[in-house]
Amino acid sequence: MTALVIFLIVLLLFIILVQLGRVTELSAKIRGEEDAEEQGNNRTALWLVIFMIAFLVFCIGSAYYYRNSMLGYGPLTSASEHGWALDNLFNVTLVLTGIVFVLTQILLFWYSYKYRHNKNRVGAFVSHNNTIEVVWTAIPALVMTFLVVKGLIVWNDVMPDVDPSEDVIEIEATGYQFAWDIRYPGPDGKIGTKDYQLINPGLNPLGLDFTDVKTHDDFIADKIVLPVDKKVRVRITSKDVLHNFFLPHFRVKMDAIPGLPTYFIFTPTITTADYRQQLREYPEWNVDQDPADPEAGTRWENFDFELACAELCGKGHYSMRKVVEIVSQEEYDAWKAQQNSFYFSSARNSDVDPYKGQLLDIDIANRSKEFDAKFIEALKAEDADDRIVRLDYVTFETGSPNLTADSKYELDNVIKALKENTTITTEVSGHTDNTGDAAKNMELSQARAMAVMQYLLDNGIDSSRMNAKGYGQTRPVADNETEEGRQQNRRTEFKIISQ
Amino acid sequence: MANDVLTYDDEVILEEQGFDDHFHEHEHGDHFKSNFVNHYVFSMDHKIIARQFLITGMVWALIGAGMSIIFRLQLGFPEESLTWIKPLLGKWIAVDATTGIGTLMPEFYYALVTMHGTIIVFFVLTAGLSGTFSNLLIPLQLGARDMASPFLNMLSYWFFFLASVIMFYSLFLSTGPFSGGWTAYPPLSALPQASTGSGTGMTLWLMSLTFFVVSVLLGGINYITTVLNLRTKGMSLWRMPLTIWAFFVTAILGLLSFPVLVSGFFMLICDRMLGTSFFLSEIFIEGAALPNVGGSPILYQHLFWFLGHPEVYIIILPAMGIVSEVLSVHARKPIFGYKAMVFSILAIGFLSFIVWAHHMFMSGVNPFISNFFVVFTLIIAVPSAVKVFNWITTLYKGNIRLNTPMLFAIGFVSMFISGGLTGIFLGNSAIDIQMHDTYFVVAHFHIVMGVAAFFGMFAGIYHWFPKMYARFMNETLGKIHFWITMIGAYAVFWPMHYLGIAGVPRRYYSFNTFNSFDDFTALNQFITIAAIVVFAAQVLFVINFFYSIWKGKKMTTKNPWKATTLEWTTPIHTGHGNWEGNLPVVHRWAYDYGKDGIDYVPQHIPLTEEEKAQEGSH
Repeated sequence: MTALVIFLIVLLLFIILVQLGRVTELSAKIRGEEDAEEQGNNRTALWLVIFMIAFLVFCIGSAYYYRNSMLGYGPLTSASEHGWALDNLFNVTLVLTGIVFVLTQILLFWYSYKYRHNKNRVGAFVSHNNTIEVVWTAIPALVMTFLVVKGLIVWNDVMPDVDPSEDVIEIEATGYQFAWDIRYPGPDGKIGTKDYQLINPGLNPLGLDFTDVKTHDDFIADKIVLPVDKKVRVRITSKDVLHNFFLPHFRVKMDAIPGLPTYFIFTPTITTADYRQQLREYPEWNVDQDPADPEAGTRWENFDFELACAELCGKGHYSMRKVVEIVSQEEYDAWKAQQNSFYFSSARNSDVDPYKGQLLDIDIANRSKEFDAKFIEALKAEDADDRIVRLDYVTFETGSPNLTADSKYELDNVIKALKENTTITTEVSGHTDNTGDAAKNMELSQARAMAVMQYLLDNGIDSSRMNAKGYGQTRPVADNETEEGRQQNRRTEFKIISQ
Repeated sequence: MANDVLTYDDEVILEEQGFDDHFHEHEHGDHFKSNFVNHYVFSMDHKIIARQFLITGMVWALIGAGMSIIFRLQLGFPEESLTWIKPLLGKWIAVDATTGIGTLMPEFYYALVTMHGTIIVFFVLTAGLSGTFSNLLIPLQLGARDMASPFLNMLSYWFFFLASVIMFYSLFLSTGPFSGGWTAYPPLSALPQASTGSGTGMTLWLMSLTFFVVSVLLGGINYITTVLNLRTKGMSLWRMPLTIWAFFVTAILGLLSFPVLVSGFFMLICDRMLGTSFFLSEIFIEGAALPNVGGSPILYQHLFWFLGHPEVYIIILPAMGIVSEVLSVHARKPIFGYKAMVFSILAIGFLSFIVWAHHMFMSGVNPFISNFFVVFTLIIAVPSAVKVFNWITTLYKGNIRLNTPMLFAIGFVSMFISGGLTGIFLGNSAIDIQMHDTYFVVAHFHIVMGVAAFFGMFAGIYHWFPKMYARFMNETLGKIHFWITMIGAYAVFWPMHYLGIAGVPRRYYSFNTFNSFDDFTALNQFITIAAIVVFAAQVLFVINFFYSIWKGKKMTTKNPWKATTLEWTTPIHTGHGNWEGNLPVVHRWAYDYGKDGIDYVPQHIPLTEEEKAQEGSH
């Protein structure tokens, strides 16, 4: 109903206007067309001047009104090193074009007014003037030269890639419909390779190539955290369509292209906390963030730098937000230390792990550390019964006394310990759970203990320093009723008998 | 002296001085084709074809502008219910089951944005503007009976019509029309799984635009041939009005650049349908890794903008030509610096081919390459500035009739200054880092090639309406139309600069996902309201247009504006063949206004003895 009423009102308005047009046409005819034209002409000329003044006031006034919301004019100053140069160039261009804008608009409308039609006059026959034409070709040419040179100096300063010797933090941003994934290098400082064919939405969303060990310590962060005053190179990639990595406060923008990595290099110069303090000075930032929720705090407290997408990428283009946090170097190091490697936390031994079921150098090193700690503890133990190191990583083929290949790493730790502590004598013992025939279990555990001792013998440990004994299921350390307990009971131990 | 108005008896001059091409011997041969279908539908008369282009363009302009109103409502008033528009948009308005609030779906928002751009750029400002006025004015102002090939000219319109039908049909697909932006960058445009609009919608979009290019090429070949071969006796190139120079260069630009676009489209079609990898590489989408490797999406951007940049001059040059002519006629003064104007058009035309990558500074091309494009881009500011200064100086010491066509011409200059100056920011790659793909770009190109080109088109329509329909458009309605459009267009687009400087990206369905962009609710509402008002003014224009065709003030003299060009020497009701008897012979340039104190001397008036003496002394 409302729609119909509005429609009728609009229709009526148009009819009134058309009638108005007819009436003025008729009245002009009655009054004499020439006079009516002359009067209308004078009126229009005046309106043009009024428009010009109102327009210039509107332009300057509205710019003044919105200055604090625009980047670079109020509290929202550049948060990166190169941003200042861009803002400066913008302002220089603004002043130069502003002068031209005001002068040409004034001349255009003023001439239209001043030289309005007068039936007693004929327009001047001024067809050209070579001097003035050369002058007004040369002046724009000079101004453009100035702006081009100034602009290209800035451009060629901002855009080149980093020198390989430079100390930069490199992170990787990958756009996809409709979010960003941010990947950091781990302690090695290097981002590992990736391949889109390896992408697995659940297990390996970025398609990291885990055969490249540089990927193993990389982590995927839920926001971009960067230390202040440190040069950053962002490697920008895309999984599906074009995106654009846009950090408005840092004056950073670059397309993300599938199959063609791009980059942008910038240096943040202010921490998020300091930037918030900067905003705090302004009343419009001291209002509540959310009037409905007083707990939410003021606007300046809620301010965050943001990453946005600036290349149309589909229906969710407007929602690809990520928070950017600039912190001190110490806070950055602390934050980084808390992050978990993607490989070890999410992909290790899953279907996408090329080393599934295999030991990595880092596992071997970790196990060695673990053994050393247990060994030192056993050496120090008061009670003789506690001087036991359980060899968790010594395993056997099912139902057989043959050592698995990976067991040798743990046994090598044993050998190393025995060689470093030449006075120690030990007992290697085998244990089973309570399933199956007890006698057979006894036999198997004895054989397994022997196999371990044989390995130690083969690697240069004197037979007088050790003996091997199978205990079968007689010495459980855990409840045999549960699978977990049974697993703990199936074990190989290494007991220090004398030091 | 000042009151001296020479009156000429055109009949006598044409009879005595005109050039007899034996037209009347075949003239009557045309009459066998005078039934309705041949006269108004499959017409080969350039004047009818011009009107067909104009009215088709107006229909498209209303559709394209109407779309912008719908998506502006979403941007300005995202909380308001759009349920009332559901009868029109159907399932694209999602109604919340509990609150009953209808919201425009993002898929269709992007479809509207895409179609708005495609329609306005190609169908309205290329076909509707250049198609209308090149067709109408090239034969009339050159003293030709028709285009070099009236048949190709007719085909040109009907290919445009075919393109229009296909594009219109695509609006009603269940998956929606294409929604990946008017530039149609792959991979988004190449992969149906990337967006609903990239399926059938994109196929139809590509088909439609391919037919459209055929139309442009057929038209362009005709315009060039006509300008080069069918000028009447005495019409040397340097005596052509600036309108013709502008249409001529426009046609050359189109002929050289549109085929490159089509080659890009063909590669895109191959990628979509034949499994090639011109633009696709290493893509993982919808849970699957595609086999394509080695292609480059940037290649498409090069091909697209190799057309895309000349395209903006294809749009603006005809408007510039029209405005030069209208300013001169109604200021009663010669256009200032005629030769400089011609050389500016040629310089802009040439430079438009070597600046395309300024659309791609931030798209991953080698930053070193950008250096060249910055230099060439900012050089364009020089011929553009020359044109602006010449227009302003044309007003200086004139005797200006401030009627509607003149107001739109003045408005054009104002818009071209405002929008052109912001181009100096964007053409400088360092500033473009921040401004690229923000509302600053939207403000820039809407003012400089959207609004300005529309103003040129309006100036042309109001000015040549008597030539087309032998009646005048209503002045009062015209002035209301001008003032609302002038004030409203600035109200819509000027504030967008502020959004852009604040970093707000273009093509955002909603601003409140980001704190950084959420600061301008009132401003966005203001823009939306202004857009609705401007749209209403355009409806008024359309009403005025059709009302005036049948009810407008009748044209009683051949040359109501007292202009010098040849189209005003034809009969009031101009038939096929334009001149009834002899063709006019040209003796002078097109801008003898106020010369020796005489208000105007048309081109076909022979030189006086005095003038001959002057000419000899030069």
